[in-house]
Parts: sequence; C-alpha cells; structure tokens
Amino acid sequence: MPRAGAGVIELENVAYSYGGGELLSDISVKLAPGSFHFLTGPSGAGKTTLLKLCYGALLPTAGHVRLFETDVRALERDDVAMIRRKIGVVHQDVQFLDHLPVADNIALPLTVSGRHAEAAGPDLGELMAWVGLTNRAGAVPPELSGGERQRAALARAVIMSPDVVLADEPTGNVDWDMSQRLLTLLVELNRMGKTVLIATHDLSLIRAAKAQVQARVLRISNRRVQLAGADL
Amino acid sequence: MRFDLHTLRALLQGDRQADRVVPPTGFTAQLTLFASGAMAFLAVFALALSLASGRLAQRWGDELARTATIRIVAPEDQRAIQTTAALEVLSTTPGIASARALTDEEQQALLAPWFGQDLPLDALPVPRLIEIVVTRDGFDATGLRLRLAAEVPGAVLDDHGRWRAPLVSAAQRLRILGWAAALLILGAVAAMVTLAANAALAANAQVVAVLRLVGATDSYIAQAFVRRFTLRALIGSGVGVVIGLLAVWLLPTGGDTPGFLTGIGFQGAGWLVPLLLPLICAAVALIATAYAASRALRTLT
Repeated sequence: MPRAGAGVIELENVAYSYGGGELLSDISVKLAPGSFHFLTGPSGAGKTTLLKLCYGALLPTAGHVRLFETDVRALERDDVAMIRRKIGVVHQDVQFLDHLPVADNIALPLTVSGRHAEAAGPDLGELMAWVGLTNRAGAVPPELSGGERQRAALARAVIMSPDVVLADEPTGNVDWDMSQRLLTLLVELNRMGKTVLIATHDLSLIRAAKAQVQARVLRISNRRVQLAGADL
Repeated sequence: MRFDLHTLRALLQGDRQADRVVPPTGFTAQLTLFASGAMAFLAVFALALSLASGRLAQRWGDELARTATIRIVAPEDQRAIQTTAALEVLSTTPGIASARALTDEEQQALLAPWFGQDLPLDALPVPRLIEIVVTRDGFDATGLRLRLAAEVPGAVLDDHGRWRAPLVSAAQRLRILGWAAALLILGAVAAMVTLAANAALAANAQVVAVLRLVGATDSYIAQAFVRRFTLRALIGSGVGVVIGLLAVWLLPTGGDTPGFLTGIGFQGAGWLVPLLLPLICAAVALIATAYAASRALRTLT
C-alpha cells in the first residue's frame, strides 16, 4: 500500500562525492506519481549523476534515495534489477546490443524479464509505429540515425509500461524537429500517467514542453537543486 | 549466481532469446572448443595410463603373490637327487598348491633371450628351477627355508617378495600419477574457461551494461555466458574424448603377452570411464564461468 503523498522517487538530503570532491550536496527532491520534471544546469553540474541516483545506478554518499518507497541501500542487486523494470531510462549516448535488430533491442526489457517479444507482438508493433520505426525494425543499431536511436531508446524504455521515465539529454544528438517529436512522445507518456524526469540544458525544449504540459523545472547550481524559472 | 533447481533447469533447457543477448564471440568460442578438446584428449590418455597401471598392479600383485621359485644349485650328479628331495619337501608343506621342476626345454626357453636357442644346457652349470604355485592362504617362507636348508642344501627359495613389492608399489604410484594428471587437466580446463569467460565478460562490458539498464538480473546475465561456455566445453571435450578413444584403440597391443607399454588402454567397462569426461568438463566450465561471472558482475552497477 503506497504511503499517502509518497513520491515514486524521493531524494532526501542526498549528497554524492566522487574522487574526493562533493558533486551533489543536500539534495531533496520528490517525484510525485504522474509528474513531469525537467532537470537543468550547466554541463558538469551533476545532472547525469542525479539521474543515476534516481535509478539505483549510484548510491548516495549521504542522505537517502527511496525508489518506490524503498531505500536503495536496502535493495539487493536483483531488487535493483526488478525496480529498473519500473523505471525506463533514456541516455544521450544510448547503448544497444549492436548485433540484434532494432525490434529485438526494443523488446529487450521483455526478454530479460522472461516475457518474450513474440508474446508482446502487437504491443511491440504498436510501439514501433508510435516511435515511427516500423520500417526500421530489421535494421541493426549502427545503421540508425541519431534521432532513430533516441526514438528506439525511448521505445525500449517504455515497453514494460514503466511508472517512471528518466531521460538524460534525450535531444542532445538530434535536430530541432526530432527533438520536438521526442518531446511530444514524452508528453504523451506523461498524459498516460507516467512520471517523467528529463535532464537537459536545452531551455527551448523546456519552453516548448511547458506549453504542452505542467512541468516543474529543477536547476542544479552549486551542487544543490533549486526550483527554477516559473517554479521559483 | 545461485545454483538451485530452477537455475539448473534453465541452463539445461536454454532460452533462445536469452542466448541471443550475448553476441557470438568467434575467437573465444574457438579457443574454448579447442582447449577443451585438447584437454579431454590428454585426459583420456591419463585415464588410460591410470587404469592400465591399476590393472598391472593388480596382476603383478596377484600373480607374483601366488608363485615362488626354488633354484637347485648343486653339482650335476646331485642335482636330480636334490630336485626330487625338494619336491618331496614341497609336497608336505602347507600352503603349496603344486610344485614341479621345469624341463630342459622350458629352462632353455627362459635363457634363450640371452644365450640363443641352441644353448647346450648339459654343458653349463645351470641350476634346476622348481616352479611353485601357492594356495590363496600362502605358505610359511621362513619355515620352508629352514626345512630346505636341512634337507636340500643346494635349494634356494625365492618367494618373489623382494622384487614384487617395489613393482606393485611403482604400478600403484603410476596409477595415482594418472589420476593426478587427469585432475590437473580438469584444473587447467577450469583455469582456461575462467580466463576465457573473464575475457568474454570484459569484451561484452557494453552488453552487460545495457542488460543491467533494462532490468536484467545478475543470474540472467551470468546464465547467458555460463550456458555458452558450458556448451562449448561439452562439445569440445566430447570431440576430444572421441579422438582420444580412437587413438587409444589404435595403440599397438602385445597380444597375450602381458606388458606395460603394450597394455595401456581400456578394458571392458573401462571404455565407459572416459565418456564421463565431457560431463565433468562441462560441469567444471559451468562452475568456472559462474564464478567468473559473479565476480565480474559484482563490480558493475
């Protein structure tokens, strides 16, 4: 039974140090179910690190990170794997299994969870159509353009119908039209009830999103997170 | 990676989809196949040596323990008398099943390898030999020696004990050496598979990272590697064993003549023992890869 008012991802007084220096300090953020957040800040501010803390790829050096109300320090490695099936992640430098066709890559979360792609045939087809990759299903990832890779990554991130989608600079390698298309897909996901957190330094993307959805903007500055822009 | 029934069943049944997540790695695959095959081939010979040594130790132990020899070293005119007297003594000695004096032809045949076929035995002071077959209970060698000393002064009893013990001991050590060699070979298979699995895991770091990102458990990732290496070891060692068995089968035999070098090989059910090697190699590969994978995966987030 979820705790009333609990966030799907909660960071409480989180700090993260690396190589003797503190990269993030005293960060408290709560992502409510169905919310839409942007995480912005200059390069090297710690956006990617914060995102990694949000899916258990990193452990905080201080404070608490709770994923679906469970402290990450209490999670076994297999528990982290199970939680990642509820959190779709899209990286800027998205990685695929280059020897498998795009369709198999998109279906990979189903494969590793024991639900094979054949069983999810119609869903996979719809998803490929949703991201506009139907005619690229048989291509291998090295044959895809930057935009196609990002859309394939987004499709892979959502095929398990996760509760949360985390995207790290999802439009970093694509042109404006493609970034708008990706944003539209992310907004659609949010309208389906998914919690979305996008790390980006692209302010035009944030402005475009705010025209479509009620989004909060978190800004990392001096190792801390502040509400930014209209949220100040 | 935990070893429970579910994991083992998943390994045996396989998962076509899961097997595909790890890209084919031609070089390590060939390396594992070749090394497993070569090791299994050598292990067949180690087993053949060990089993042959075991048989030899058994045979020497049995045959020599059940025989003894008396030499009658006496002047020619006394030789026949003393031979008869010795046979008399033996006929009343408990533990002696039978005793007989070798004929001139038999003694000539024994000496032929050194002196040729036309040896004139009557012109040489060759002692008469008495062959003794001992019962299962054995005889009192000390007591017999004392009786012979009193009644047949030219008789010298050789119960074969002096040279039987070191021969049996050598054969038994050779058998242990064969098993030790087989175990070392299996150890080498484990080391080789661990190295190859480590190399494969390192070469597939991106694959592992992607799998972790999309929610694969360590067991799932490990199984993909473990199954692959186990199958390679099974196939490679299977081929190695078949070739090894063929080679052993083609080794020259000494016919009915018992010999060590011509006796290396398998007999009867012994031929089935090497067939266990592929299974053992596969089990070793499974454990080695699971160990390597669990170590490597623990370092990844």
